[in-house]
This record gives sequence, structure tokens and C-alpha cells, in this order.
Amino acid sequence: MPKPSRIKLFIPLLVFILLALVFLQLENRMISGDYDPSMLPSALIGKPLPEFNLTTLDNPNSVITSLELNNKAALLNVWATWCVSCRVEHAYLNTLAEKGITIFGLNYKDDQQKANQWLARLGNPYQLNLFDVNGKLGLNMGVYGAPETYVLDANGIVRYRHVGVVDEKVWQSRILPLGLNW
Amino acid sequence: MILRAFLITAICLFSFSGFTSANDSESLADQDSANELKVFSDPDMRQRYYGLIAELRCPKCQNQNLADSDAPIATDLRNELYLLINDNYSDADILEFMESRYGEFVLYSPPVNSVTAVLWIIPAGLVLIGFSIVAFIVLRNQESDESNNV
Repeated sequence: MPKPSRIKLFIPLLVFILLALVFLQLENRMISGDYDPSMLPSALIGKPLPEFNLTTLDNPNSVITSLELNNKAALLNVWATWCVSCRVEHAYLNTLAEKGITIFGLNYKDDQQKANQWLARLGNPYQLNLFDVNGKLGLNMGVYGAPETYVLDANGIVRYRHVGVVDEKVWQSRILPLGLNW
Repeated sequence: MILRAFLITAICLFSFSGFTSANDSESLADQDSANELKVFSDPDMRQRYYGLIAELRCPKCQNQNLADSDAPIATDLRNELYLLINDNYSDADILEFMESRYGEFVLYSPPVNSVTAVLWIIPAGLVLIGFSIVAFIVLRNQESDESNNV
């Protein structure tokens, strides 16, 4: 049998280096927050919100079937008092609301009394809070946890969905570049 | 020598196929938690229910199907699935219901399209490459055996 040429011996090393570079690149993108493998693309992007018929959090006798956008973009924030990250996010939502950003809330599978107390204590950044006690609208929207934030354009079309805490960085790097009319 | 090469290849292939067959719905039937007893009027519906919770993926804990997952969203989706089956939705309607809300991700067997093609091509490609390497080695050894005999 002929002796294999020496260069052949380096093939495994080359494959290893190539793979290591690929994974290093992925790792860097994950650290910078550029890429998160657990983040799902929303099936709602480019579509309006599904139909709903809910009360508001503060008024059990109200009936809400659509959100008033007044030709401006808005956030629809899915939150609950049992959600720790929602608490983290809340202060930044207050800041956004002070800047005049329209924020709607979807109170998701929560206790009405606790949720109202939370808003009284921590401030209320929401224009209106839909009370989705059994998570039906959440399910129809493809919500799989809280917090999630949906960006609606002026026509009520979902343009972006952020899973996890919205903060200054997410606002600057993900939501503002959508170029919507806030 | 030839026999050994074949054996090793066969063992590798079979251990691979063991890892990839995730849809073992029979063992999953035992895993339904006790506080979530689902009563079916028709054994057919029951079978479809267990088939579908094994086939649908939990959006939250991403490497588990709905049957395996304890995440609240998985419980919600199982309940929804139960209602849909009792409303006489067909399997295709149910898969479409889930896909329109949670995207293609929830389907454990993804449809063949430009995004998922690589998933379907790579395993078949690897098997082909494996077989051609085995064939190459076998043929080469046969040749050298013949020349040795001469």
C-alpha cells in the first residue's frame, strides 16, 4: 500500500479549525445579542392582530375589540405580575410612555387585583390594558411567555416581536430602525 | 478486514438512527401528568391526541414536544389541542392552527422548503458518502488481494 502523503494528515486539523471558527463566530453573535437561538420568529409579522373580545384590566364591564392607534405606531406589551422580567422591564416602559410612545398592555394569565395593585404601585405606562385571564388572545398571537412586546405600525400591522425585556438597547437597535411614526 | 469495516459502519448508522427517532409516541402515552386527565369519548380521538402532542414542539422549551414539556404554554397548547379534537378538527386543520400561531417551528417534522432543505439533504448525503467510502475501501482491498494472489 502506498504511504499517504503527509498533507493528508492535516485534513482533520483543518476541519477542526474551520468548525472552531464557525462556532466562535456564532458565540460572538450570541454574546452581542445579535443572535439568540431560543428566539422564535413570530408568525404574526406582517399581519394584523387576531380578533379579540376582552375587557380592560380596570373595568370588568368594558368590551374591547380593537386598539385605537390614531395613525401612530404603538407597542403591545405582554406582561403579568408573576413574570419577574416584566418587573425589570417596567421602569423602562414608564420612560418610553413619558416620551409619548403609545404602549398598550396585554395582561396575560394574571390575577386582576394583583395586576391593578402593581400598576398603582409601579406606575402605569399603558394607554389601556387588555385583560386576557385565560391566555386566549395570547395563544392566538403565538405568545409563549412573558414579557413579549409586539410593535404595531400605524395601520395595526405587527412589524416586530421582541421576546424578553425591552430596554434602551433593544429600543435603539431593534425597534427604532423599523422607521415607524411614533 | 472487509467484514470489520461493514460492521463498524452498520453500528454507526444504527446508533445514529436511534438518536434521531424522537417520535416514540407509545412511551409518551404514560407521561401525561395525573392532574391533566383528558377524557375522550372515542379511542380514535385519544390516539390522535397522543400522536399530535408527540409531533408538536413546545415553543418554550425548545427541545421537547408538547407531551414532554411542563412549561405553562405546553399545558395551554395541550388543552387547546384537546378542544380542537373534540370540535372535530382534522389533523391537518390542527397543524395549520398551530403553525399559523407559532410558526413552522412547532412542527417537529418540518415541511421541505428552501429553508429546511438542508435538514433533509445532509443526513441522506452523509449516508451516501458513508456508503461510497465503504464501497471504495472494499473495492480497493479486493484489487490488492487479487494482485497479492498473483
